[in-house]
Amino acid sequence: MLLRELIKLALNTLAANKPRAFLTMLGISIGVAAVIALMSIGAGVQDYIAQQFSSAGANLIGVVPGRIQRGPGGGAFGAQAPLTMADYRAVAANTPNVIDTSVDFARPAVFAYGNKTSEVNVTGVMANFSAIRNWNARLGRVIDETDIGGRSRVVALGQTVVNDLFEPGEDPLDKIVRINNVPFRVIGVMESKGSSILGDQDAAAFIPLSTAQERLFGQQSQSLTGERIVSTIYAQAANKDVTPAVMASIESLLRERRRIPADEPSDFSVLSQDELINTFGAVTGVLTVFLGAIAAISLLVGGIGIMNIMLVSVTERTREIGLRKAIGARSSAILTQFLTEAVFLSLTGGLIGIGIGLGAAFLVSQFADFRPVVQAGTIALAVGFSLAVGLFFGIYPARRASQLNPIDALRFE
Amino acid sequence: MVALNQEIDHVSNVIGPRLNGQLPAGDANAAPVIEAHGIAKIYRIGDIEVRALDGVDVTIHRGELTAIMGPSGSGKSTLMNILGCLDQPTRGAYKLDGVDVEKLNDDQLAAIRNKKIGFVFQSFNLLRRTSAIDNVEQPLIYAGVKPRERRERAKAALEAVGLGNRLKHHANELSGGQQQRVAIARALVTKPAIILADEPTGNLDSKSGAEIMCLFQRLNEDTGMTVIFVTHDPRIAQHTRRVIRIADGKIIGDDAITDQIIACPDKALPESILEKLEHAPA
Repeated sequence: MLLRELIKLALNTLAANKPRAFLTMLGISIGVAAVIALMSIGAGVQDYIAQQFSSAGANLIGVVPGRIQRGPGGGAFGAQAPLTMADYRAVAANTPNVIDTSVDFARPAVFAYGNKTSEVNVTGVMANFSAIRNWNARLGRVIDETDIGGRSRVVALGQTVVNDLFEPGEDPLDKIVRINNVPFRVIGVMESKGSSILGDQDAAAFIPLSTAQERLFGQQSQSLTGERIVSTIYAQAANKDVTPAVMASIESLLRERRRIPADEPSDFSVLSQDELINTFGAVTGVLTVFLGAIAAISLLVGGIGIMNIMLVSVTERTREIGLRKAIGARSSAILTQFLTEAVFLSLTGGLIGIGIGLGAAFLVSQFADFRPVVQAGTIALAVGFSLAVGLFFGIYPARRASQLNPIDALRFE
Repeated sequence: MVALNQEIDHVSNVIGPRLNGQLPAGDANAAPVIEAHGIAKIYRIGDIEVRALDGVDVTIHRGELTAIMGPSGSGKSTLMNILGCLDQPTRGAYKLDGVDVEKLNDDQLAAIRNKKIGFVFQSFNLLRRTSAIDNVEQPLIYAGVKPRERRERAKAALEAVGLGNRLKHHANELSGGQQQRVAIARALVTKPAIILADEPTGNLDSKSGAEIMCLFQRLNEDTGMTVIFVTHDPRIAQHTRRVIRIADGKIIGDDAITDQIIACPDKALPESILEKLEHAPA
């Protein structure tokens, strides 16, 4: 009963000085808006990354030469000993719980059509590439068994290459493009996968593996021992649960083949989508925490702003406090009234901040490829945090008000 | 003020001096509302002991109209603070309306101030940007009175002081005399045992001051309200029936006023308002 009255008193007081109340709220609003926007965008980016990787194909495992270091400064490659077709055949023949395997060979090449050129990686692929990478042709078709058997000079172009070489609206199908000066017939245009943290995925072109190894790159595709070199070995695990076991078995198989001593790290890397997602997730996670810390600082500053205004208010209203005590207000009633003002300021500021934060996240999504993800937990955190800020920074001024001696307070000028 | 006088004139024709004489001031047979014995207040500033009050005995009966007079530094403010339960004496016993005040803690003192004392200050001490009726309601909020009853009682109190047509005016839109009448309504609204008025005319011109004194006299005569003034102004004392003189922390005189100035002869408060004040739910 009395509590309701005290809340009403507090609100009336705030309403009597609206500009001040608004400016005091602003600090908290900005802090909360930052928290909401950053966390929603962060979650959106993580979803986006996960989506990007899973679009590469389900339960896909890749083996690449060199050692990819994890953690800060990761991505550095160690000494390269190339993977070979023999490695691929051994993996394909000896790994259990694998549905399908594939291999490719990629090298940078110069594409030319008319007077236009484009420099991208050309990848020699097997016929099952399309299924295993979950990547189909938008126009025409992808490489098939006949192309591979005949070492045909045919190419399926990525969208970026098409954009580089052809006029808008021009049909690339059946046109002859020159790759490193060797003529190839365009048989298809790949679906656009867009850009991601992996780079522009459409800056690619696909030719038969046999053509790449035997006709286009010849010597370049042979190792010192005369084996055909490959760039990536793919294995599709039967399901998500066996993926780690498949990865381990590939790793031990290749270590044995390559005679790597037990105390030395592998000179190749076995990667899965989950691992890539986690690696990038960790990066964005660190970023989110960092930005969150900045947001927390602005909440802190907002809280100090509330405390400052409340202290000024207590001084200004010393006589009012004295009068209230004279007419029968207990210390606890004064404390409640002032604390209510502080909590109302911070909580309302927080709610305004949630609105601004959601608006900002939405605005950013208009200019980026991802959707912001607003979690209920984020909202609850923001509300809880602003409540805590109000209580924490309001308690000192409110206590000071409640402890005033009524005689001195009434005499205060 | 014109409105008040007209209102009072109008009603006084009907009821006349109804309560005059029924509750005579200073009736020694009436129950004492203030019984203070050997009150001392001693401050220590370094090694120096300051005796703001040094063994004061005060007895005031219900329905008295009394002034506590003294020059500044005499201890009259300290005495008012103690009588008003804003402060506790260092020594001595004080019984207000039958309650031993010196044993109470801060919260209990707040409750006593709320129930038994109405304060009127020199500088009014109204809440600015707050309507007259909201100002008068404040003590009832702390008494836990429900909103509708609060509003009725505050309205009755404002009507009683002649501000029935100024309920929604903000304090800062009222004249000094009107503001002090709002403050008196705020003091009345809890139906306290005593009203303590600290230099109530100090910030007013002489005309408004006389009107305020008239209001106090009427309240005292017509409702039997005990009113205690604390003042250094002999003219205020002349409006009362008893003057307690204080100097250097001691009482030096306690006299009946024989030549009392009546600020507003032949004026009474409207009966209906008296009834409202009397019968408003507690």
